[in-house]
Amino acid sequence: MAGPTQQRELRDQEEAVLFAPVLGTTRRFWLGAAPLLALTLWGMYAYTLQLRYGLGVTGLNRPVAWGFYIVNFVFFIGISHAGTLISAILRLCKAEWRRPITRAAEAITVLVLFFGLGSIIMDLGRPDRLFYVLQYGRLQSPLLWDVTSITTYLTGSSLYLYLPLIPDLALVRDRATGWRRTLYTFLALGWRGTPGQHRRLERGIAVMAVLVIPVAISVHTVVSWVFSMTLQPMWKSTIFGPYFVTGAIFSGIAALIISMAAVRRAYRLENYLKPVHFNGLSLLLMVMSLLWFYFTFAEHMTAYYGGELGEAMVLFAKVTGRYAPEFWAMVVLNFVIPMAILANRRTRTVAGCVVASASVVVGMWLERYLIVVPTLANPRLPYERGFYAPTWVEVSITAGAVAFFILLYMVFTKLFPIISIWEVREGREGLQEAHERMAGYLPGPVEPAAPAAPAPTAARG
Amino acid sequence: MRWGMVVDLDRCTGCQACVVTCKAENNVPVVPPEHAHAGRLMLWMEVIPEVEGEFPNVRARFIPRPCQQCDSPPCVKVCPVQAMTKSPEGIVSHVFARCIGCRFCVQACPYGVTHFNWQAPRWPGDLREALNPDMAVRPTGVVEMCDFCAHRLQHAREHARAEGHEVRGEGDYVPACVQACPARALIFGDLDDPGTEAARLARGPRAYRMLEDLGTAPKVFYLKEG
Repeated sequence: MAGPTQQRELRDQEEAVLFAPVLGTTRRFWLGAAPLLALTLWGMYAYTLQLRYGLGVTGLNRPVAWGFYIVNFVFFIGISHAGTLISAILRLCKAEWRRPITRAAEAITVLVLFFGLGSIIMDLGRPDRLFYVLQYGRLQSPLLWDVTSITTYLTGSSLYLYLPLIPDLALVRDRATGWRRTLYTFLALGWRGTPGQHRRLERGIAVMAVLVIPVAISVHTVVSWVFSMTLQPMWKSTIFGPYFVTGAIFSGIAALIISMAAVRRAYRLENYLKPVHFNGLSLLLMVMSLLWFYFTFAEHMTAYYGGELGEAMVLFAKVTGRYAPEFWAMVVLNFVIPMAILANRRTRTVAGCVVASASVVVGMWLERYLIVVPTLANPRLPYERGFYAPTWVEVSITAGAVAFFILLYMVFTKLFPIISIWEVREGREGLQEAHERMAGYLPGPVEPAAPAAPAPTAARG
Repeated sequence: MRWGMVVDLDRCTGCQACVVTCKAENNVPVVPPEHAHAGRLMLWMEVIPEVEGEFPNVRARFIPRPCQQCDSPPCVKVCPVQAMTKSPEGIVSHVFARCIGCRFCVQACPYGVTHFNWQAPRWPGDLREALNPDMAVRPTGVVEMCDFCAHRLQHAREHARAEGHEVRGEGDYVPACVQACPARALIFGDLDDPGTEAARLARGPRAYRMLEDLGTAPKVFYLKEG
């Protein structure tokens, strides 16, 4: 048996890899960040043109007045369900394998939400009047529900990211020097790890975990209602709420798997993010793929069977018409490829998970595109028939937003430990407790049956 | 008072006088051809040609389409900043100065009559001199649409007050397109007053409304060709 000092030395050796990215920056990081920064600046340049000349620089028109920006909005908000929701559910279910992944997931949520809100601002004809939404807000408008719900979610998930970060901030504080030390001292809020602090923190985390789940679900529900509250064919659908939430969690898990694989590779975290974690998440991804397919099938089947003219126009534009390549690509990317890879244990490796996830992320972007554009291009009245192709401005802004998000995520990994160090420690210390809990699921020992039927009074003794 | 319009499809000759008048009356910007082809034409009043049948048994008809002025307007419900409003007299109009340009009303409208200013408005040549001073011009990035020339209703109110009476259900106030129609295909008036021609025609057997089953209850009635 190793002594406590030896044990601590071993732990420090093991954890060095977790602190390394926060305490120092390699050349590889800058090499990776440079092209992302360039893309970001390019996207910003494109947006200045749009600010100057109006939305005429996009490919939008009448009737397709919403395009890439709204697609990106729904997509980014969808990705945000990666984090908080998955992490909260796994935490509440006491899934032990969650420990090294929760932080990576929660960071995605908070960062990507800014891009969701940003996409809406990109889409506005008069972004200078943005605050009229607060000043003159009309509660009946689903857009106002979005604003309310997303800002609540942003606040909630920021808190939910921050609370479990506090003990880790203290750990970094004790190792950092210079301005970083000042920063972490401030952020760690005087954390010393006393039992009282732990108790309060755990309670705070538990409360937030419960709170963010309904908020997260409400977010994508009201995002879907932006569409389904209108009278437009194939938007006016009762299942849009759950359909969007499913798609959001689906694309969120995929984004999480990709980001985990990236940090694992970049910071050599193979010891922490093991195949078993990827396996667990990819099984969740597979379930969501099946659920997504079920919703998609139901949605299109009812439109087909009813055959109402307006809906049929949109449906056939998607399935056999102008949008058929995108539609079938979506089915392949969201269902065929992930199922083929993940249903087979031999291909369900880390690399396999990443390929399946990349496929899902692209497929889910296409899904959002196919919800927004074909309906607008085929309005109920037969007089306008639209066509929409994005211009370089929209493509640049979209690419810039994705690049900026990845860049921010990289910066996050440099500022904060991307794996929750104290929670992993806690997991190790709690092995005994976990064992006892699992034993608690099993039937207990049975009292040997009494040989004869004794009198009731005797049995009580 | 509930202002409404009746469009007699039997009488419409497709001359587009209403379209031109509307553009002039409401300072609707001129859209250059390349943008018009990209689907950014701005016409608050539009005459849509509809061709039925196969050659040689072809029949063309013309459908003038202003804002349908719904009694249950989907655009008003979805506007996040209360820029789309419905007046007590039923006129749906838009506060340009408040519009944030989210185009939710464009998506919500099943009739395709809301227009967005994709670029800075243009009035080439002398057209700038001919701008109507009664109507605000709109900047880039806001939505605009037909409001039954609500500024004309303001004028009608002032006239009526000067003459010591209320605005009458017929004759005192008409939108520019109605005034310009040489074939008298557009009839305008108070739908609540059974004495007006508009109300009588709107209740007649030839009357129908666009996409009536959506429940938007437009106040623009079309008279079928007889």
